[in-house]
Amino acid sequence: MNEMSKPLPATPLPPDEAPLRHVRQPLPHDSAKRHVTGLAQYIDDIREPEGTLHVAIGQSPRARGRLVALDLDAVRAAPGVVRVLTAADIPGKNDVSPAFGDDPMFAADEISFHGQALFAVVATTRDAARRAATLARVETLHEAPRVTVEDALERGESVLPDYSFGRGDAASVIAGAPVRLEGSLRVGGQEHFYLEGQVALAIPGEEGDVHVYSSTQHPTEVQHVVARVLDIPDAFVTCEVRRMGGGFGGKESQATQWAATAALAARITGRPCKLRLDRDDDFKLTGKRHDFRSDWRIGTDETGRILGYEVDHLARCGYSADLSNGVVDRTMFHSDNAYFMPDVRIGSKRLKTNTVSNTAFRGFGGPQGMLVIEHVLDQVAWAMGRDPLDVRYANLYAPGRDVTPYGMSVEETDTLPALMRSLERSSDYRTRREAIRAFNAGSPVIKRGLALTPVKFGISFTLTHLNQAGALVHVYQDGSVHLNHGGTEMGQGLYLKVAQVVAEEFGIAIERVRITATTTAKVPNTAPTAASSGTDLNGMAARIAAGAIRRRMAAHAAETFGVPEDEVVFRDDRVFAGNESLDFGELAKRCVQSRVQLSEAGFYKTPKITWDRAKGTGRPFLYFAYGAACAEVAVDTLTGEYRVTRVDILHDCGRSLNPAIDIGQIEGGFVQGMGWLTTEELVFDGEGRLRTHAPSTYKIPVASDVPADFRVALYPNTNREETIYRSKAVGEPPIMLANSVFCALTDAVRALDPTRPVPLDAPATPEAVLRACEAMRGRPLG
Amino acid sequence: MRAGGDIMRQAIRFRRRGRIVEVRDFSPRTLLLDYLRLTERSVGTKEGCAEGDCGACTVALGRVRDGRVVYEPVNACILLLGQVDGADVVSVEDLAADGVLHPVQAAMVEHHGSQCGFCTPGIVMSLYTLYREAERPVTREAVNDCLAGNLCRCTGYRPIVDAALAACEGPPADRFLAESETIRADLEGIADGADIFVGDDTRFFAAPASEDALAALYARHPDATLVAGCTDVGLWITKGMAAIDKVIWLGRVAGLDAIEAGPEALTIGATATHSAAHASLGALDPDMGELMRRFGSVQVRASGTVGGNIANGSPIGDLAPALIALGAALELRKGDRVRALPLEEFFLAYRKQDREPGEFVRRVSVNRLGAGDAFRCFKVSKRFDEDISAVMGAFRLALVGRRIASARVAYGGMAATPKRAPETEAMLVGVSLDDPASWEPAFAALAADFQPLDDHRASAAYRRTVARNLLAKALHELATGRTDETRLVGERPALQAAE
Repeated sequence: MNEMSKPLPATPLPPDEAPLRHVRQPLPHDSAKRHVTGLAQYIDDIREPEGTLHVAIGQSPRARGRLVALDLDAVRAAPGVVRVLTAADIPGKNDVSPAFGDDPMFAADEISFHGQALFAVVATTRDAARRAATLARVETLHEAPRVTVEDALERGESVLPDYSFGRGDAASVIAGAPVRLEGSLRVGGQEHFYLEGQVALAIPGEEGDVHVYSSTQHPTEVQHVVARVLDIPDAFVTCEVRRMGGGFGGKESQATQWAATAALAARITGRPCKLRLDRDDDFKLTGKRHDFRSDWRIGTDETGRILGYEVDHLARCGYSADLSNGVVDRTMFHSDNAYFMPDVRIGSKRLKTNTVSNTAFRGFGGPQGMLVIEHVLDQVAWAMGRDPLDVRYANLYAPGRDVTPYGMSVEETDTLPALMRSLERSSDYRTRREAIRAFNAGSPVIKRGLALTPVKFGISFTLTHLNQAGALVHVYQDGSVHLNHGGTEMGQGLYLKVAQVVAEEFGIAIERVRITATTTAKVPNTAPTAASSGTDLNGMAARIAAGAIRRRMAAHAAETFGVPEDEVVFRDDRVFAGNESLDFGELAKRCVQSRVQLSEAGFYKTPKITWDRAKGTGRPFLYFAYGAACAEVAVDTLTGEYRVTRVDILHDCGRSLNPAIDIGQIEGGFVQGMGWLTTEELVFDGEGRLRTHAPSTYKIPVASDVPADFRVALYPNTNREETIYRSKAVGEPPIMLANSVFCALTDAVRALDPTRPVPLDAPATPEAVLRACEAMRGRPLG
Repeated sequence: MRAGGDIMRQAIRFRRRGRIVEVRDFSPRTLLLDYLRLTERSVGTKEGCAEGDCGACTVALGRVRDGRVVYEPVNACILLLGQVDGADVVSVEDLAADGVLHPVQAAMVEHHGSQCGFCTPGIVMSLYTLYREAERPVTREAVNDCLAGNLCRCTGYRPIVDAALAACEGPPADRFLAESETIRADLEGIADGADIFVGDDTRFFAAPASEDALAALYARHPDATLVAGCTDVGLWITKGMAAIDKVIWLGRVAGLDAIEAGPEALTIGATATHSAAHASLGALDPDMGELMRRFGSVQVRASGTVGGNIANGSPIGDLAPALIALGAALELRKGDRVRALPLEEFFLAYRKQDREPGEFVRRVSVNRLGAGDAFRCFKVSKRFDEDISAVMGAFRLALVGRRIASARVAYGGMAATPKRAPETEAMLVGVSLDDPASWEPAFAALAADFQPLDDHRASAAYRRTVARNLLAKALHELATGRTDETRLVGERPALQAAE
């Protein structure tokens, strides 16, 4: 290996007991003051260049069929309209897909879902554009849409091939097992409901180049897709984003269409163009968490220990592939959750429906796979009269029982059992279990339920090449630092965590580190900020870059003051070399005068990971993040309404970089997961139209839904892998802590008749809960 | 321009950042949020949903009430610019001064109350009104109620609620309070009794100052859109893209918002907001207070009016079923003609009411409960707070001893309109609270009274079961005298204690 291609090393970590000035401190979000004063700038807040035009999307009134005629005369004649764009105006490819070439920017012939973009209106105001967009005469030859899992199964259509992996002969083992159960669980989808909707502003430059401000988790993909649509090289496109008003996966692949449409409008009109989706349109036009029907069979011994497990995940992917390959793969990877399955087969179908293309959503398919096995273990425990927690313990990965269905060894088997035992004690699980039993015996209407469920979540992109990151660090001659990396900020505190790492590296006040907007012009070819990997990847890349600059500065100080390099210390905004010390800025100035390079591009790639998808085996994850939650609920069995009354959470962030940020991710993730499993219901009608397309009808949790008694703590742990300051990723895993709420609701309903299985699907809306209650009473709803 | 009322004012006036702003040339359907973001370029206030549900656009409006400037939160995304006439408009950029954060802002930073930050300006503004107006000590429940109309997708709310509790620990003391005399004088200075008319006969924003002026104007323009709180009309504009060119805003009509609490009946003027009517409705029965607490959000209750909720004729209309069960009369006026009718007769069919062109709702009178009367109402929705009911059941039962002598039963969400249940009412007469078996015919009669529909809020089957179970719940509660066995929220002893 030559010198050029050798990756720069990271500075060895300080010993555990060494005091750290920034890392591990509960610093507030870097933009907190700007958030609360309204001064934090989002894309729609950027002062528009003079002459900016506004773009609105013309939508399909049908979910499936052929476009016969598109009469846009009235649209063109509407007040304020400058230009109308259709597929014919696209100089490059009419494709905004992330990988599979199946997402047209404007449908030109085949219509695939209700609301699909057919054209765009460019007008002097947003209001004018939106009003004009409703004036098109759209003629279609429409066909009955496929909407449900069953519709898709009947037609036998998928967006991607079926895929399965496993070990041994699960079917035979189940057939011969002492205890056999089977069933089917429906798990609903979820709208991201990022508070800032999809938005992009495109500013045309010279020779066809374009600068795109996009609210995206994946600037590189926006850059690439804009170039593809406009038929220009990637180098002609710059994509920039300072912050998003929430992402949650919804802006990983699906910000591109709006950015590309704005860029096309800018190209054709020669003027800056902005596209911001209305909230209802955002609901209709962008994908959601995949919903599933999962058919399962399990065989256990008499104690509830799993002998064989078979599951078929039937995923509703919508009309195109989008990211469904990775999403459904991750459902499969997490079908075991934390449990060892000696003989196992995990199957999947990626079904095609005439609905918007489902996409990434925090957890990326993992939550659905995990909910199924938690639901199954409840059934197993109840079938043999055991407490579900004991059945969970009996099945946890342990030494000798430590290989996942996809052949990866779970090296860290001690953490989760200890974490769960600790939570069992601190939540007073056993005492409360008895108290609830007594309460339910004397309460005919209100029933309480309790559940403690674990989370084991694999960290790394399962598409291995995405596990790379770059950072760009400059030290200026006044000692201020410019920090840039490929990760995007969507509220998760990534920018702050990386700044903490860089400030620590230089021993300077964090105020000296200027955090700058993510842009493809500074760090190229980046992965999306996704898979919980933002800090692991970008924190490392930035530390490598800062470390390289620091070593050069140290070498210069060593030479200047005649001390060995390893005796140069960066601390308290000063640099100490033997008996000498000087301000960090002073050393920077001296370095510039002595022609020492104070800029560095850091690069990091995750070690150890491999994945052979064809063989279904490998080590797709560097490590697992763990957690557990204990939820208690109260259900009104006359109406199906419920309250989550208490939740205890213990979560493993390794050695936390910022405990305040991590607690925020845990609490926020839990509440978001709770919404997914309770009140958030996506209702599509038979025509394929989404009926819950606004916050008036789609209900995410509000403040009063959060348990009044909510106890969240970090589990003291160290990442045994060499991650950034031995921390663990925290973005997605907490979503699945909310599985405890679903299991607790099931437990409460079961109190009506412990001899029957509880037919409760997700989301457990009050209607779903009452339907289950009525089934326990042996009658249908209504 | 002189005060006194006989001169037409051709501009709206409001207070903004210490100055009086006069706007005379604006489209009648201009929304406050667009004025702030596009005209003023104050972009701190965000658009999250453009339908008054997420609260990202929350700003505070200050008005003089009983000699004091009172701030209420409103959703700027569905509030017409014209509606801020006479108010002090405070947005998120205004709270901090000279680099010093307002106490609620400082607490939000300290408690890590923001993540992506997009909902934060709205949350800060809601908390600002809480900080200013809430009785101390401020409870967690009060904070939750204050935040019911502010959605946050990142934090899980816990740190926001903690920040609110910390900020509201002491009495309010901010720079707005220090300036309150100036603000009051400014607002009183722009308060006149003039009718407002901005525009021409084809396109206008009008705000008559008297009922007679309203009657005359509406008779002249029966095609105009009457706007009270704009919490529904706002969506016609933002979502329906309706071409509303003639707007008559009722918010300046003197006396139309009067609330008269008489010994036999409570009379609520059409433009009384839900916030203003909350306490007097709650005094009718604790369940009415709980219903109002869960009605929309603070922002919606601060803008939306009782009259608007009725005149709008939603098939659900959380308030209407309760008022029908209590026994309410509606008074309407057209020109000089005033008529009254029982509220249930106002609702003719889906979104169709017994209201003639040019006729407007004047007030609604609700009968108080008598000595032997019992009342229960229940709202069932997907989410407890800030949701519209799937089923709303209300029951007024006259008891003689342990027997029901007469019954008024009304439901929302069970038909195309809020509707009484005559068959069920008949079957309840003579029923004993001590004999649950005698309740069954009434349950069965619900099927004759209602044929509910499937929609995205609930299935018909769910609605049927819940309708039955709510009646059962009401009877069970009256039989046992308890609500702790049957309620997850709104137990009556707690509600009564809070009154």
